[in-house]
Amino acid sequence: MMDKFTTLNSIAAPMRRLNIDTDIIIPSREMKRVSKKGLSEGLFAGWRYTTPGGREENPDFILNQAPYRDSQILLAGGNFGCGSSREHAVWALHEWGIRCIIAPSFGAIFQGNCVRNGILPVVLDDDIVQSMADHVTVNPAHNRIRVDLDSCTVTAPDGETYGFEIAAGDRRMLLEGLDAIAVTLQRDDEILEFQARDRLRRPWVYL
Amino acid sequence: MARNIIEKIWDEHKVADLDDGSTLLYIDRVFLHERTGSIALKGLEASGRQVRNPEQVFCAMDHIVDTFPGRTDETVMPGGKAFITTTREAAHAAGITLFDLGDERQGIVHVVSPEQGIAYPGVTLVCPDSHTCTQGAVGALAWGIGSTEAEHAMATKTLVVRKPKTMRISFDGQLPPGVTAKDMILHLIGVHTAAGGVGYAIEFAGEAVRNLPMEARFTLCNMAVEFGAWTGLIAPDPNTFDYVRGRPYAPDEAHWEVARENWQSLVSDPGAVFDKEIRIDVADIVPQVTWGTSPQHTVGIDGQVPDPAMETDLNRRQLMQNALAYMELEPGMPMEGIPIEAAFIGSCTNSRLSDLRNAAAILKGRTVAAGVKAIVVPGSGLVKKAAEAEGLDKIFTAAGFEWRESGCSMCFFAGGENFGLETRVISSTNRNFENRQGPRTRTHIASPTTVAASAVAGELTDVRKLAAQ
Ligand code: SF4
Repeated sequence: MMDKFTTLNSIAAPMRRLNIDTDIIIPSREMKRVSKKGLSEGLFAGWRYTTPGGREENPDFILNQAPYRDSQILLAGGNFGCGSSREHAVWALHEWGIRCIIAPSFGAIFQGNCVRNGILPVVLDDDIVQSMADHVTVNPAHNRIRVDLDSCTVTAPDGETYGFEIAAGDRRMLLEGLDAIAVTLQRDDEILEFQARDRLRRPWVYL
Repeated sequence: MARNIIEKIWDEHKVADLDDGSTLLYIDRVFLHERTGSIALKGLEASGRQVRNPEQVFCAMDHIVDTFPGRTDETVMPGGKAFITTTREAAHAAGITLFDLGDERQGIVHVVSPEQGIAYPGVTLVCPDSHTCTQGAVGALAWGIGSTEAEHAMATKTLVVRKPKTMRISFDGQLPPGVTAKDMILHLIGVHTAAGGVGYAIEFAGEAVRNLPMEARFTLCNMAVEFGAWTGLIAPDPNTFDYVRGRPYAPDEAHWEVARENWQSLVSDPGAVFDKEIRIDVADIVPQVTWGTSPQHTVGIDGQVPDPAMETDLNRRQLMQNALAYMELEPGMPMEGIPIEAAFIGSCTNSRLSDLRNAAAILKGRTVAAGVKAIVVPGSGLVKKAAEAEGLDKIFTAAGFEWRESGCSMCFFAGGENFGLETRVISSTNRNFENRQGPRTRTHIASPTTVAASAVAGELTDVRKLAAQ
């Protein structure tokens, strides 16, 4: 069972740089064990700490600054989460406390990984994300953002509300915290029938 | 109705249309590796589920294993051994096929899979690794997924997938001498950006693609993900059939004719519609080298480091400024002549026999410049063996390159071996991201021949000049 996602009302951290890749979100050297846990320490390690592999915080990095430490929302730039498929990027974000990422576009594998781990990826136009980032920067604690997955809306600090789209299956999985494998196995008869037919049609595929 | 190749493979694997417009898609093959596959196997085990068709699941040891001669399970990466032993145990317990250390078939997953005939035309293949798109070069629909999705594919033989938009990229004309598949794909990303393919499955087509030898086709498809694409593929043709035939896991002779007949229909019909089309005349492409920290930061080797001030898009300008600071370069510097400290030939992009042959042809009778650390890593044990049989290893070592065991090696930094702080590397890999090859390592991506030529010169070099000598 993963976390359910319904609504969120949180401080948001702007990280608007383009193409933030999963190597940045969690460098390879921070993936030390065969485990989904204990990864938040390595989140954005290359930016968050002053030396590679060190643990002294870099005060210039946004998530090290007081109000943003409580962010559950990231306001990201285009193609966020591109690059390596490592799901560790999502596990690290989740463990650190991020529940929603708002960006003009996402790396495809990363976006799928978010949904499977209780993080809501919201796609909004670049200028909308930018205007929210501008508001948030003025006074992060008072300029909170509200995300409602029930109505598929984001309410910006200025009260403006924007609708977003998400595949119904992904939405349901997040809202109900469903296990995707269990959902698919409800169709097991169909899968087995398909396989039996396919075996006749493409016998060479079956080793 | 006219369909394109992506739609054809999609339709052939459709188990069910789901009510939200996504598809339950049948998955023919799953490939894992010890870094992300280990976690998928453990996750499956923890949930009490089993691999449904273990005979169709394969696992490579490539990411974390060392590539030094005489390597063992011990790694330079702290804690690396646990990934290796956990993967081995989990693979045996699940009954899947493991290409383990000590097996000559061991190597980089995207090299091993087609080499063993596991990926071939018309199959769906997934792997928790973003460069799975490489395998589209044989006409497979192959894409990278997360570890949790890999559990899903192994437990159910299916994935829930939203149908991607489709794009055809036609490379027209004849490639000029000295210009390679690597330069084609870098050029594409340079012009259309690293997000140019987001949301698309891509068919690479056109005269220049049809004329590419099979091994170069892997290079082209490898970097579809660097273009932001969901995946890329190339329609199978007689070259593909010749490549696949007789490989260990390919259709056996009893099935060969019927399989090939089926594969012959895997082409985009005349009049098939794509959501987007891009045409590129390859006559305009020169050998590429990256100057920044995104694959879109690429220029011709005869060009200059661009000036962010000329970029009108503010976000892109900022990215360029960050990249220049990281790479310690100034606008206007000629690319040719930038001094390098290391050279790397390897990775799933460029580590196949023909890559090694082409680089060796440049290195023959020459030596690496003083002070340049140069390493070549074959993509698989079988590539290594074939290269040694024709004496390529001797050419590399005589030139001053280290000759390694196969694996991902220094394509990425796992916490162990790396090029070192702020080292400037010319590399045949696919990612020039910050810290990708080591803490603050500065990576310039190029073709294996450009890497070889630059290693000899000790600076970024136009391979066409060296080749002409
Ligand atoms: S060679 Fe590099 S890009 Fe390819 S699979 Fe290995 S780490 Fe990834």
